[in-house]
Amino acid sequence: MNFNSLYEKPVLFALAAVVVISVGTLVTTFIPLFLPSTQPVSPLFTPYTAVETEGRDIYIREGCNNCHTQTVRPMRTEVARYGDYSRPEESAWDRPFLWGSRRTGPDLARGGGKYPDAWHYRHMANPQAMFDKSNMPAYPWLANAKLDTSLTAGKVKVLGYGYDGAEVARQLAGFRQTVTAPTYPSAQVRSQVTPASLRGEITELDALVAYLQKLGRDLKAAQKPPAVPATAEAAESKNPYAGNRQAEEEGEKIFKENCRSCHGEKGAGGFGPKLVTTAHKFGGSDADLFASVAGGRPGGMPPFLPQLGKERVWKAVAYIRHLERESR
Amino acid sequence: MGNGSGNMYTADNTAQEEMRMANGARSDYIVRGFVLSSVFWLLVGLVLGLWLAAEMVFPALNLAPWLAFGRLRVVHTNGLIYGFTLAGIFACSFYMLEKLTRTALAFPGLAKAQLWLFNIAVALAALSLFAGMNTSKEYSELEWPLDIVVVVLWVMFAVNVMGTLVKRREKQMYVSLWFLIATVVTVAVVYILNNLAIPLSLTKSYSAYAGVNDANVQWWFGHNAVASVFTFPILAMFYYFLPKSTGLPIYSHRLSIIAFWSLVFGYLWTGAHHLMLTPVPEWIQTVALAFSLFLIAPSWASVINGFYTMNGNWEKMKSNYLVKFFILGITFYGLQTIQGPTQAIRALSGFLHYTEYIPGHVHMGTMGWVTMVITASMYFMMAKISGREIHSVKLANVHFWLILVGQLLFTVTLWIAGIVQGAMWKATNPDGSLMYTFLDSVAALYPYWTVRLLGGLLYFAGVAVFAYNLSMTSRSKPGTKWSAAAAARSQAA
Repeated sequence: MNFNSLYEKPVLFALAAVVVISVGTLVTTFIPLFLPSTQPVSPLFTPYTAVETEGRDIYIREGCNNCHTQTVRPMRTEVARYGDYSRPEESAWDRPFLWGSRRTGPDLARGGGKYPDAWHYRHMANPQAMFDKSNMPAYPWLANAKLDTSLTAGKVKVLGYGYDGAEVARQLAGFRQTVTAPTYPSAQVRSQVTPASLRGEITELDALVAYLQKLGRDLKAAQKPPAVPATAEAAESKNPYAGNRQAEEEGEKIFKENCRSCHGEKGAGGFGPKLVTTAHKFGGSDADLFASVAGGRPGGMPPFLPQLGKERVWKAVAYIRHLERESR
Repeated sequence: MGNGSGNMYTADNTAQEEMRMANGARSDYIVRGFVLSSVFWLLVGLVLGLWLAAEMVFPALNLAPWLAFGRLRVVHTNGLIYGFTLAGIFACSFYMLEKLTRTALAFPGLAKAQLWLFNIAVALAALSLFAGMNTSKEYSELEWPLDIVVVVLWVMFAVNVMGTLVKRREKQMYVSLWFLIATVVTVAVVYILNNLAIPLSLTKSYSAYAGVNDANVQWWFGHNAVASVFTFPILAMFYYFLPKSTGLPIYSHRLSIIAFWSLVFGYLWTGAHHLMLTPVPEWIQTVALAFSLFLIAPSWASVINGFYTMNGNWEKMKSNYLVKFFILGITFYGLQTIQGPTQAIRALSGFLHYTEYIPGHVHMGTMGWVTMVITASMYFMMAKISGREIHSVKLANVHFWLILVGQLLFTVTLWIAGIVQGAMWKATNPDGSLMYTFLDSVAALYPYWTVRLLGGLLYFAGVAVFAYNLSMTSRSKPGTKWSAAAAARSQAA
């Protein structure tokens, strides 16, 4: 065959082009579709609930994936910042995947359970009120919209989540009861951001928060809770910076960037407990405060040791002591 | 198949065809329609881009749901890829087809219908994306009913391309036509496969693939959408309009053959370089990395072909206002195709991915390469079609310098911003803890984002000058220059 004639035969040329583009396509895309190892499935990672499914669709509708990734890479600093690296099994129920491509905001793959719901309600309503340097858009309209659940049963069916319409209805009713109950831990903030007419309903914001709280939770549940790093520091139960004025000032800066959004201005309390108190929930000794900040506590206090390091945790504790002295 | 054009036409219908072409059967009005559509969507897409750039600095500009960054960004990217670039590709393709085949379009009525349907589709696409109807898969966000419209549009285009090629009167197909064919088949394959979904309602569907597979298919598409929209057809324009506007033949036919086939072969392997260090199987990442590095060779073959075409005639950079657009364009293509593969290297990807460096990279390609070549091609075509010289060479030069400086300010600023951000994410204290919070890395970028906005404004000013200059060039005055020029042209033919 004379290859030069290829350039005189458009249809043959088009067929040749199809063959040439098919090779890489077959090897890197098509064949992996049929290898179970590409997308392994594990019972440890569960499908989304009905409300989480709706929340995920709101995440997609608002284009959150344009600024937030959902994949933690196996790099030391990344694991320290966000949490354990992403596993393929975690994405088994994700249609579409939402790994993203740009971090204008932080990764969210390990966001579930990091903060209480109240944090999200307030943050979504006005991010700049919590972090003045943030450039995240405010999403006030989400709390003003009742969640449309007319398609929910159809959605979980298409997505193959393995439960039926009756179960969807049960989940929706249960969720509604939970978030509208006066005993809901974030009830106060929720009612602040939700208009009175919708406080008894599930709003779009409720669903979105439920979805955000799901991210990474299955992995955390599957792993043994990490040994509280603070125990390693038991020998150092005394703050090396106690009474050090300069360290207290540095501690103030650390506090403003990391603690203020939950514990309020000068530790006066917010979603997180009041810090200027004689009745600390998890103990008030230097060692107790260090353990709380470094290793986190159940109910929404994240561990800060990986991000801050020992020195800065102690400086933050020194600042809390400074606030206590001031209040006396 | 296998009919060369020579034996398909008797002398008789060849003469008929000449007559048809001379009597205005050429599809100039379709080319003009696509040019005007393209410029319109370019202006719209850039205004949205400026708004987004401002939102990065002033989050209060997220005034309404449809203006919030997450939705607006999608309208920006889709508007410029599918509105501006595709319309520019359609315009240049139809123009090149008729010239390179010495044949009128096979189905001019179909092309006209395509023009109308195209603009309706882009408008509907923008509205639906503003409304938040999107699949979340980048550059593939349209919901399924509009996906079907896109496929219909593409079939209309393909039928005209292949139909005209089959009935052509020029035996050999020039390299631009190869790239055009590659565009037609590649877009068809990647667009359809990536958009396979299960519809739930008219405005909502779920991807046919789950998790890792969805990611892998999506970036196979994402990367080859870049290849088949921002590379193949733009190279087709480059290979045609550079020789046309200079009168210099392309340096090496053989080099273009090697470049073409290795580029088209290599591109489809590289999608997973967008997924380095993610849960995608490591071997797919590594294959993608290897082919990304390989692609430097065929990419640079076109760069070298362009540069050597100018060999001995570099004074044309000064004397011919169009040459600098094409040469700077291919230079940015060259830089782009070095920068891209380096970003795929794992260590560098670990540092640069997810930072502002990547939008910097993308914008060099789109603002530096794609827009430079398309706008210059439009000057050339509209001057030919309207049978007069360009309205103002001076304004074309102003346009050139504004978009060059605007683009450089924009992209270089984002590269630096990306390096700053990557370094802050990785910085650790002696005890191993992180030196900066995420918010620190946001706060550090405000000065860069402000400069980027400035670069975008300069760029927009350049494009506004272009739009004015082009519309002045294309305005036809019945009974005067336009018809006189057309008569002169038909006599010359």
